Order: sequence, then structure tokens, then C-alpha cells
Amino acid sequence: MLASPPHFYRIAAVFSPWFAVPGVLLIAYGVYAGLFLAPMDYQQGDAFRIIYVHVPSAYLSMMAYMIMAVSGGIGLIWRMKLAHAVAAAAAPLGAAFTFLALVTGSIWGRPMWGTWWEWGDPRLTSELILLFLYFGYMALRGAIDDTAKADKASAVLALVGVVNVVIVHFSVEWWSSLHQGQTLLKEGGPAMDPGMLYPLLAMILGFTFLFGSLLLRRVRTEVLFRERRTRWVREMILSPEGK
Amino acid sequence: MNDTNTLQPGILSGLWATARRDLLLAWKRPGDVLNPLFFFAMVCTLFPLAVGPSAEQLEFSGPGVLWVAALLATLLSLNSLFLTDFEDGSLDQLLVSSQPLPVLALGKTLAHWLTSGLPLVLVSPLLAITYRMPVSVVPVMMLTLLLGTISLSLLGSIGAALTVGLHRGTALLSLLILPLAMPVLLLGANTVSLAAGNDVYTTGIWALGAYAIASLSLAPYATAAALRISNE
Repeated sequence: MLASPPHFYRIAAVFSPWFAVPGVLLIAYGVYAGLFLAPMDYQQGDAFRIIYVHVPSAYLSMMAYMIMAVSGGIGLIWRMKLAHAVAAAAAPLGAAFTFLALVTGSIWGRPMWGTWWEWGDPRLTSELILLFLYFGYMALRGAIDDTAKADKASAVLALVGVVNVVIVHFSVEWWSSLHQGQTLLKEGGPAMDPGMLYPLLAMILGFTFLFGSLLLRRVRTEVLFRERRTRWVREMILSPEGK
Repeated sequence: MNDTNTLQPGILSGLWATARRDLLLAWKRPGDVLNPLFFFAMVCTLFPLAVGPSAEQLEFSGPGVLWVAALLATLLSLNSLFLTDFEDGSLDQLLVSSQPLPVLALGKTLAHWLTSGLPLVLVSPLLAITYRMPVSVVPVMMLTLLLGTISLSLLGSIGAALTVGLHRGTALLSLLILPLAMPVLLLGANTVSLAAGNDVYTTGIWALGAYAIASLSLAPYATAAALRISNE
């Protein structure tokens, strides 16, 4: 069974490089092509190049929340300990990507909107609320000493939050349509030049691989910590080829 | 056989029993009900003191200020929702009861709303008038607060159940509930602003109603699950 912690611990070590290597290669190509080869935007000049970090981070910020909530749900329903470890490991990564998306969005906003923060943009506001949801999740985990209890309580919170993320998205959209700001970036804008698009796709895929690799590494550490009193961990550490 | 059947209470009796007990407790300790109301009034007083008494500004910021104050006042009263029951052990009685836990949790939430949300709705016109809200807008504001506080009490009961028995409960509860409550605040305050600007505001009312119904049907289950987790 993949769900057994010792087995997962070994398998994850094998798979982690399979995510890391393509991730690094794709990001290296994406960074080079995005910064040097892609043509300048006729409207935004070089400033648009921040999308190569911004879009993948924003996408992963939501992806990580979904992973966190789904694995929390799996952990609650099927009482799978590994799923809870995945949820615990995904939360800080998701929060980090959310933060990165907010910072890059804000830096991008400076030349585009003339301000570091634009409340009228629904995506920035939703992203900020998402960051707060991550903070609440991690705070709840941190406040409960008993791991099993923390796992279940935070899974309930993540599931309640996932319903809410959708409502947040639509209500913030409605709200910003009332206070029409100077949002320059419209949904489904002009078709992208392939020279700009391919590096972006490479970055999205590369970030996803990188996220997968980081998640596997974090889950391994999490599993090791949670199973620290078990026999297999002791045997593995004491064995001569233990790593 | 017949006797045991008649002795078996129905589902609603558990709901009423928990709600009635909490209402009775609130009646014996009126401070618990009044303090959040005073808090609500005081937060509403802080804003004119901080931003100045200009009539235009008050009229403009009134709906938002009232809504933020109502949200904070609800949060303030949520902390004690399960706390006293947890401390004196009656929460354990609810957990081992043969009645379905979501219904009992709903009963407690209902009592919480009746003692915190409803008084806020009733007091709000007084404060709205000091913010120069037009009289025609006051019923709209009361309706948004009525629907909104139902959702807030229900959402808050999930947070209160998750944090019951934790030492750092109060600050943590705010951290958990505020992001969840943001859509309610946003819908409520903006609907009142739209009504004050003679704009179409029914979208917001429908959305608030939908939110209230959705949380009424889903939140008790999450609260019950959270109570079981916190008390195992």
C-alpha cells in the first residue's frame, strides 16, 4: 500500500527527483525565453514579463488549497494518516505561493495602475483573502498540540474554506463591478503572441513540477516526524545504509 | 413497547431544549447579551471621532461602519458559545445524547443568534440615524443585518466548535472566522450602500438570503463534526 508511511517514505525519495529535474529545466527555459526571447508587449513594455512568475504562483496558490482541502477530506473520511500529512505539508507551500502572487501582482500593479495596491481589482482582493485563509488554517494547526486532533480540526476548516473560496470569488467580483476601478487587465484579453505564451506555459508546468517535488520532500519530513516513535524509523536510522 | 415509543422525544425537542436552556441562561446573565451591544454602539462612535463629524462622510461610510461593527460584535459574543458548556461538562452531555448532534448544535446557534444577532438588528436603526441614513434605507439595512447575522452566527459556531478548549481561543477564533465572514460583510454593506444611492439592491438581498440558507443547511454538520473532534 502506498498509504503505508514507510513505503511512502521510500517511494517519495525515488519520485522527488523526477519532479525536481523537469521542474528546474522547464523553469530555466522559461526564465531565459521569458526574459530574453519573448517580444516586448506593445502596451506594457518589459513590465509584463513579471507574469512569468505571477501567473504560475497565483495558479499554484489555489491548487495548493485544493490539495490541502481534498487530502484533508480524504483523511477525515477514510482515516488515512498520510493524507493528513500531505495537507499539513501543503499549507505553508500554498501560503508561500499566495504571498509570491500578491507581491508580484503588487509590483506589476505599480507601473500598470500607478499604485502598489488596487482594491478595485477582484483578483488581488480574493488572493489576499486566500492568504488569510491559509493563515487561519496554519494558526489552528499550531494551536492544537495533539497531532491527530489538529489534523481533523484543520481538515474541517479547510473544507469549510473551500466552499467559501468560491463564494469569495464571486462576491468580490460583484463588489468590484460596483466600484468600477481602473482595471486595465481584462479577462481573455488579446490573444498572446506564441513567443510570449510558450515561456509562460513552460513556467506554469515547471512551477507545478517544482511544487510537486517540494511537496514530496515536505511530506517525507512530515511523515518522518510523525512516525518518530515507531520501529521502522528507528531501524532505518540505525541501519548502516540508513539515509 | 408503546411506552418506550411515547418516551422517545422527537428531533425538534432536542433543538428546543438546548435553545431554551441557553436563552434561560442568557436571561439570568443579561450582561452577556448587553456587552456586545454596547461594544457595537461604541465601535460606531469611534468612527466619527476618528474621521470627523462631516455629514457627507458619515452618510457615505455609515453602512460600512455599521456592518463592520456588527461583525466584530458578533465575533465578541461567539467565544462563549460553547465555552461555559465545555467548562462545566454539559457539552459532554450533548455529545453522548441520543439526539443528533447537528440539531443540538443548531439549537445552541439559534439561541446565540436570538441573543446576539437579533438585538443588533433591533438596535441598528438608532445608530443608523446618527449616521444620517435616510429613513427609507433603514429597513433595507435591517434586512441585510437580519440575514447576515444568521450566516455569521452559523459560520461562527463552526469556529467556536473548532477552538473550544484551546488556550489561545479568542484571537484564533477571529483569525479563523474573519476570512470566512468577508463575503457576508461585503454583500451586506454594499447592498445598504446601493440602497442609499437609490440603486438596484435586490441582488445583494438574494445573495445574502442564499448564503443564510446555505449556511443553515450545511454549518450545523460542520459544527457537530468540529465539536466531536475538539472533545475526543
